Amino acid sequence: MENDEQVTTVSRPMWPTEETSEGSQELFPRQETDPAALGREVGAVLRLPEGPSIDPTQIDVERFDDETMIINMGPQHPSTHGVLRLMLELDGEVVLRTKPIIGYLHTGMEKQAEDLSYLQGSTNVTRMDYLAPLHNELVFSLATEALLQVELPRRATYIRMLMTELNRITSHLMWMATNGMDMGSTSMMIYGFRERELVLSFFEKTTGLRMNHNYIRPGGVAADLPDGWEDDIQVICDTVEARTYEYDELLTGQAIFRGRMEGIGNLTAEEALSLSVTGPLLRSTGVPWDLRRTMPYLAYDEVDFDVIVGTYGDNFDRYSIRLNEIRESVKIVRQLLENMPEGDYRVQDRKVTPPPRGRIDASMEALIHHFKIFTEGFSVPEGEVYVAIESPRGELGCYLASDGGPKPYRMHIRGPSFVNLQALPLLMRGGLLSDAVAVISSVDPVMGEVDR
Amino acid sequence: MTAPVAELSALEAYPTVAGPGVAAIAFVPRSDYKAVVGQLKADGFEMVSDVCAVDYLVADARTLPDAVRPARFEVVCNLLSMSRRIRVRLRVQVPESDPVVDSLFEHYAGVEAMEREAFDLVGIRFAGHPDLSRILLPEEWEGHPLRKDYGIGRVPVQFKSTPGPR
Repeated sequence: MENDEQVTTVSRPMWPTEETSEGSQELFPRQETDPAALGREVGAVLRLPEGPSIDPTQIDVERFDDETMIINMGPQHPSTHGVLRLMLELDGEVVLRTKPIIGYLHTGMEKQAEDLSYLQGSTNVTRMDYLAPLHNELVFSLATEALLQVELPRRATYIRMLMTELNRITSHLMWMATNGMDMGSTSMMIYGFRERELVLSFFEKTTGLRMNHNYIRPGGVAADLPDGWEDDIQVICDTVEARTYEYDELLTGQAIFRGRMEGIGNLTAEEALSLSVTGPLLRSTGVPWDLRRTMPYLAYDEVDFDVIVGTYGDNFDRYSIRLNEIRESVKIVRQLLENMPEGDYRVQDRKVTPPPRGRIDASMEALIHHFKIFTEGFSVPEGEVYVAIESPRGELGCYLASDGGPKPYRMHIRGPSFVNLQALPLLMRGGLLSDAVAVISSVDPVMGEVDR
Repeated sequence: MTAPVAELSALEAYPTVAGPGVAAIAFVPRSDYKAVVGQLKADGFEMVSDVCAVDYLVADARTLPDAVRPARFEVVCNLLSMSRRIRVRLRVQVPESDPVVDSLFEHYAGVEAMEREAFDLVGIRFAGHPDLSRILLPEEWEGHPLRKDYGIGRVPVQFKSTPGPR
């Protein structure tokens, strides 16, 4: 071509701005990494601020590079539970360094939330942790209600507890299933999905959807429990509880399964606290921290249940904790079934709750409220609040700042698996590559929540 | 869920307000931020629950105590004491011209991912952070989406034989 000057090719520069040139997210060969950074990557133990092992110059950087190999695992890998990408440095089969790289499922939900009214907000947050959608709706609704300062009817509180405990059962069953698959036990996968389906069909009956329910909303829940729900719950409780003992026979006592779970992926309580790890991961180290017990929300101080803790902080402890938490949730659901109060399932405040359909034809007031709530939304007083609940994966927090308008000024979700993933390099360090799959599974990350 | 207001000597010098679910919400200047968190850690706050940043470009979106000089950004740090079962929230004003605060990494290693997220989405720099790179967005992404002057973005709907909207 003659006139080269006139052809302008638009190419994306590598580092377009000063601000984004802070470095790469990836893992690099040893000779390209400075010793301090290498020290942090070679096992997150060295991330701990105290203790002699923190000095990054003291660790074994004297490894010949041709012996190690950096491989990429994910984001398309069946055992990474979604789109988690790991860069691993291997010496033969031993994992030396791990770096989780996330963001492949980032959809900007926190930005989106600023453009949705509080009533629409629960449809947004429910899609984050897609295995425990009701917990997301709950934490968002609790935060909104804390700003609104509305008192919930007791029946609404009890329905919320019932639904979130059932959701915890489905989430843990799903974990048992996928963990079984990662361990090579395909029967466990099929059984886990089978029992989960039982609970999901109850969700479908109550909320209309199997996932992403938009059932728990600011001001209560969307609908009352369906007729005959007591029988459904009774069947679910009896079946799931009996089946957990079948899982015991299938997995807990089995020598191959225990061999792959015991002593793999060890974590101590100090490491867990320092890395802000919560949920079954923290409880496996022996710290009895469960927000349902230690900082009760809803009416968890009125039900009787045990907080399950482990001793060694290994994969097997985390397996036992989740299995026993299914039984504890069944125990809670049984108590809720007995003590379910009568009354309203949502606040009867017309500024927050839309009026019943029948009233709209009869009352001008009701029509105005209906119209206002569904077009503009209700205004929430100015303020900011942080609310945390215990989701199946740990502390699920919602930081909500309101400027007094009908949309959140800023909504931030503290995803438990986002924080728990930080423990992954530490858990993998020194283990075999085949155990890496077991360790990822035991952390139980849900990428929808990690990336949001 | 409201915890009793505890005696917190580390926060005595700073303006505090009450709120639902926290023992205190303290407004700490960014020069003291790291030191105050260090004192709170010694005082039994074992864990950082959450670190996030808010862009208050709209000035009247919040009311602050009189003693606090408002700035565009705010870094919000939620600390948790398991032994005393209380939470404390620190709100740090960060000016637009120099959006830098100290990293808490030396006190709590678990803030690594949270601070990277705040850097990635709001553009706060954390001094002393070991690896301040983007975490959720690609490395070559321009701008910080959770700032209020960053548009929400949309996909234009295109119809046949009509020019698409710009």
